[in-house]
Amino acid sequence: MKSTLMLAGALSLIATLAVAQDKPVLTVYAPDYFTSEWGPGPAIEKGFEATCGCDLKFVAGDVLPRVMLEGDKTSADVVIGLNTDVTAKARATGLFAPHNEDTSDLSMPVKWDDPVFLPFDWSDLAFVYDKTKLKNPPHSFAELLDAPDDAYKIVIEDPRSSAAGLSLLLWVKAIYGDQAQAAWEKLAPKILTVTPGWSEAYGMFTDGEADMVLSYVTSPAYHIIAEDDDSKVAAIFPEGHYFTPELAAQLKTSKHPKLAQEFMDYILSPEFQKMIVTANWSFPAKLPHDQLPEVFQDLPMPEKTLYTPEDEAEKLRGPALEEWQRALAK
Amino acid sequence: MAARAREIAPAAVAGAVLAALVIGTLVAVAIRAGGLSGLRTSDLAAIRFTLWQAALSALLSCALAIPVARALHRRRFAGRDLLISLMGAPFILPVIVAVFGLIAVFGRRGFINAALAHFGIEPLSIYGAQGVITAHVFFNLPLATRMILHGWQAIPSERFRLAASLGFGPTQTARQLERPMLRAVLPGAFLAIFLVCLTSFAVALTLGGGPRATTVELAIYQAFRFDFDMGRAASLALVQVAISVTALLIAARVTLPASFGAGHDRSFAPIAQLSGGAAHTALDVAAITLAAAFLLTPIGAVFARGLPALSNLPPMIWSATATSLIIALASTIATLIVALPLALAATRHRWAEITAMLPMTASALVMGTGAFLIARPFINPTSLALPMVLLTNAALSVPFATRILLPEIRTLRADYDRLASSLDLRGIARLRLLTLPRLARPLGFSAGLAAAFSMGDLGVITLFSDGQTRTLPLALFQLMGSYRMDQAAGAASLLLILTFALFWALDRLGHYADPR
Repeated sequence: MKSTLMLAGALSLIATLAVAQDKPVLTVYAPDYFTSEWGPGPAIEKGFEATCGCDLKFVAGDVLPRVMLEGDKTSADVVIGLNTDVTAKARATGLFAPHNEDTSDLSMPVKWDDPVFLPFDWSDLAFVYDKTKLKNPPHSFAELLDAPDDAYKIVIEDPRSSAAGLSLLLWVKAIYGDQAQAAWEKLAPKILTVTPGWSEAYGMFTDGEADMVLSYVTSPAYHIIAEDDDSKVAAIFPEGHYFTPELAAQLKTSKHPKLAQEFMDYILSPEFQKMIVTANWSFPAKLPHDQLPEVFQDLPMPEKTLYTPEDEAEKLRGPALEEWQRALAK
Repeated sequence: MAARAREIAPAAVAGAVLAALVIGTLVAVAIRAGGLSGLRTSDLAAIRFTLWQAALSALLSCALAIPVARALHRRRFAGRDLLISLMGAPFILPVIVAVFGLIAVFGRRGFINAALAHFGIEPLSIYGAQGVITAHVFFNLPLATRMILHGWQAIPSERFRLAASLGFGPTQTARQLERPMLRAVLPGAFLAIFLVCLTSFAVALTLGGGPRATTVELAIYQAFRFDFDMGRAASLALVQVAISVTALLIAARVTLPASFGAGHDRSFAPIAQLSGGAAHTALDVAAITLAAAFLLTPIGAVFARGLPALSNLPPMIWSATATSLIIALASTIATLIVALPLALAATRHRWAEITAMLPMTASALVMGTGAFLIARPFINPTSLALPMVLLTNAALSVPFATRILLPEIRTLRADYDRLASSLDLRGIARLRLLTLPRLARPLGFSAGLAAAFSMGDLGVITLFSDGQTRTLPLALFQLMGSYRMDQAAGAASLLLILTFALFWALDRLGHYADPR
């Protein structure tokens, strides 16, 4: 044990020395799924390091809670992988600097003019099902609500612990407004269970326990490309789908502001944007449609996009959560 | 006086470490939040639900464990030792893996509902309060069974032979020998399980079916993540500690020591007359079969699901495995170093017992955040990833180790203290010649549990992770998080095998080291 610890200590010392030689270190906070070899992290690191003359270091974990705990002493230069559910809180900390990018020509269905949080990819929420198993999928949100209680069982994520779950609250709110609680009451009997996060929910779906799962319109692309399986499809609703971009931002306190800015530039570069599609299974924020992989070009997409701006979402989420709790507790 | 101080010092140090980890982190979070903030009505509902499900889960686990432990005690059959070990497996499984196993058996598309449908019977639903309780019994029945079985094994075999020569049947044996033993063991078992279920998070959320099944730990999570209200998180964590300490004090009052006295340490051979006739045999067979089926089918399902992917795991799984094994072994050692002095002191000092149980009352989220806040001004927390994981894993195992050791230490004290004193057997010599050999079995069992817990626990790594250091459960989550469900299932099988192998090896080691 002792020798192991000493070995670990020695190794990390060597690592520190190797890094300390000359290259500056750009520290990027990212979520866990992002930095594993199945996430986009390794490709980003390789791509950026090829030109920046620096060492890009990912720190994986709960990005915003960590930055907030560290405050202005944070060692992060850049954060990547934030969801829109936390931007209001993140902005209020005053820790983040403008991204200085031109966001007028992004390839997103929503016009983006946030000066601080820069989208790098996006998708729309959707209920995903297996077309070989589910014979009566809903063709609209209204159909989903009005289907008989035993038509299908859905697994959703908890809005208190998951960004997808919270976005679903806002989706329902965007369509049904004051009638949201009534909508939830109709949906409640068809909800098999509520999971802490996306992984558990999606696992229950692929295991066949649930007929439908709250995921993204881009989820089927993974199964088609990586598994050669086209049975998983997203139900497309004419009422519109909720838009969920993933965001990056640079810190005011960064010791390498020039590098951090270069990284923000890199995020919108064609290289990054082409890579992110299949690395994160979502649409790139800035890439012409015809440059997407074919599978992504052919994905069925909703005609209407719903999105609640940050200020409004911040006001809505507390009451919306209470409605959700009341409806599902019945 | 100096000798007494020397005797208490190790326990005091161990206790201080635990108190710092549990109370210190809570205080750190409260200070950072600028004080505690008030609770909401939804929090009160969460507290009510938490208390109710924890009490019911503990009651059911203990009640069901009695016939199982009795059957295992008075029957001998081929593979009995292996079965006892295997039946411990649910307790040491990572939560998410076990939940998927339960769903494979009791879920909508599970074996049981498939069988019911075959006979045209309405399907059962595992989602809801019944699912939470089922899962908690699944997790904790093994713990209760082992604790009660140890109680049975601690009754000297002379007492059973005496009972036989007095012409006792099963009823009188139960009244004279078994009930006093249960009276001594059950409050501790109930308490341990109650506390485990008190801090339930993922089980309650995934199987609870929705916001009705909100536990205090989930309310803490919500306060942190959804409301960014650290003050309320700290208040809720404090409520959790207060409930647990109250439960501890009540349990301590109702626990009576069993006093069977020392025997000659001959191994117990079941006596037909005490074990009853055909009806009792049938009862025992039923108890063992049902318990084994309930506990082992979900594990078998997890194992079978992951088996095909086992040969197809990404290479990084192996480095994650190595990391997990190192942490597990180190945290096992740390657990024993902390738990043994506390358990030894606990027979005389109530504070030692309560401190040893403290980690069970802690909210993992508050503990991780508090530790992060404390460490942050001095050192980059990511460089603490492994030590922190090791320390918290060890701390979370200490209550179990202490619970397991405590009854046996009480017996040891009652039976051998006078002899040891008259021989002036003290200090290291006493530890080497008397304490450690007599405690070999519970020490082995505790070590097995500690190692297994550490293997399976995701723990605080998410706050301290540097992106490179990875444990096996974290790798499993990362695979799940990037659509690789089959590989994740493979990783779960691997985790299952390793966790069980570690547990089994250490548990067996304890048996071999036992002089009896």
